[in-house]
Amino acid sequence: MILRERLLAAGGLDGLFLSDHRERRDLAGIVHGPRDAAASERLSGKRVLLAVGGQMAAARAMLALDGLISRLALVPPGLAPEHIARIAADSEAEIVVFDAEGLPDDALPGLPRIDAEAASAAGAETGRETEWALATSGTTGAPKLVAHTLEGLAGGINTAAAPEPGTVWSTFYDIRRYGGLQVFLRAMLAPTSLVLSDRHEPVRDYLVRAGGAGVTHILGTPSHWRLALMSAALDRLSPRYVRLSGEIADQTVLDLLRAAFPQARMAHAYASTEGGVGFTVEDGREGFPAALIGTRAGIEIAVRDDALYVRSRRTGRRYLGGTTEPLMAEDGFVDTGDLVERRGERYHFLGRRSGVINVGGAKVQPEEVEAVVNLHPGVSMSRVRARPNPILGAVVEAEVVLRAGTDAADPAALKKAIIAHCRPRLSQHKVPASVRFVDNLPLTSGGKLVRRVP
Amino acid sequence: MSLRSTVHAEIAAIAAEQEKRMPPITDDLVMLDTEFDSLCFALLVARMEDLTGADPFSEMEAEDLPVTVGDLVALYDRAAAKQAA
Repeated sequence: MILRERLLAAGGLDGLFLSDHRERRDLAGIVHGPRDAAASERLSGKRVLLAVGGQMAAARAMLALDGLISRLALVPPGLAPEHIARIAADSEAEIVVFDAEGLPDDALPGLPRIDAEAASAAGAETGRETEWALATSGTTGAPKLVAHTLEGLAGGINTAAAPEPGTVWSTFYDIRRYGGLQVFLRAMLAPTSLVLSDRHEPVRDYLVRAGGAGVTHILGTPSHWRLALMSAALDRLSPRYVRLSGEIADQTVLDLLRAAFPQARMAHAYASTEGGVGFTVEDGREGFPAALIGTRAGIEIAVRDDALYVRSRRTGRRYLGGTTEPLMAEDGFVDTGDLVERRGERYHFLGRRSGVINVGGAKVQPEEVEAVVNLHPGVSMSRVRARPNPILGAVVEAEVVLRAGTDAADPAALKKAIIAHCRPRLSQHKVPASVRFVDNLPLTSGGKLVRRVP
Repeated sequence: MSLRSTVHAEIAAIAAEQEKRMPPITDDLVMLDTEFDSLCFALLVARMEDLTGADPFSEMEAEDLPVTVGDLVALYDRAAAKQAA
């Protein structure tokens, strides 16, 4: 399966479009536009890094390059230059497709570059299968790169069914992230129109734009949806299908969405960059039916030591780069690291085994925050945990044991001082939202902080 | 301090900490039309819970969802009344 070939073969592209906050393009024009032989030749068979600013440029390049190049590594937006360099190295990129918004002039010295506009006109019928490489939403340090096949990425999508007439897809996500890429592929493999978001666009503007473009199918994280639910512009949307993924969907957000869009089909999906699309739940209740454990068409789900494991064609193939960590166990199961608990006939998500905190989709490694908190002169030790939050799912909370002799006459001021100490040293979502003073913190027999707390 | 002035003061403090430019904070200000983003909002809800003990967001109906600063004040007002009852 090659994206552009499928679109060429599908026909019926008239009236379909791809739009972002700046422009609207006919899908037929993108697919049928003249091809640039020189650009095709430069890129053919290469391992390519895609580092562009906006999603329109990314979408056009993805359509042009799939099937032409050997590997396509997607740089998600807003990544620090050293992380872009790491992705370039891990993907063994031979050339970077760039624009000024996506790659600083002085970044990646020595790596040949080709302008995204020229690259978008590449594309020859090679029949080559391009490997796709996606970045995980990083915790500490650089994100990991996960290799996928297009078949695997599209494995959760019913590509045989004709789209409902008038379908227009959109997503709050970026299409260079796993969740957003699912929407891009759903739209392109159907084919349907697609409205792209922009990370700098206020929620209101995006909702107005999506509503104006007639969006019928839309995906966001629970955090995206909680924000949208508080926007006066929510009534611009009248979706037929509302999908959530990327974080735990709790009953509150499901109920609020049901009330806001009583006519829409609603689904929350379990998916990750490594594990692919696991399953989709459509009964409007949090968690998932215990009956999903086991083997179904194309996928096996297991619970081992309270964690969810997935084996299917849709999971990533392996990590790229220096890491020796295997992506899957010898039996082919991918450990998702997500802890679940069975209550009656339903499983509920408890969070991450590693203690990683998911702040509205941005991952926070507790140890990184603890190391900074512990630098404060008044702090003896600390434990950083998720504090449930109705807007972002969770925020960061630090429990702090004070050093003997620390002046805690004004606890509120001392808490503020510890938070202020963290602010210049950590990115915004990692800074503790609150500090609690405790007398001691429990340690395991091995002397490690006890992290797993209900 | 009244609940209204607490909400206004916390919004101003969080905006300053997160380096967001805010127009004057009034009851009819639509929060999501400003630079006050989801992280700011999450911090506000956490701090209000610390200050008032109430988290009205965790149990609410669609019509309660606050759009303006005034809606938010009213939401915490109702939560406080519920606590007192």
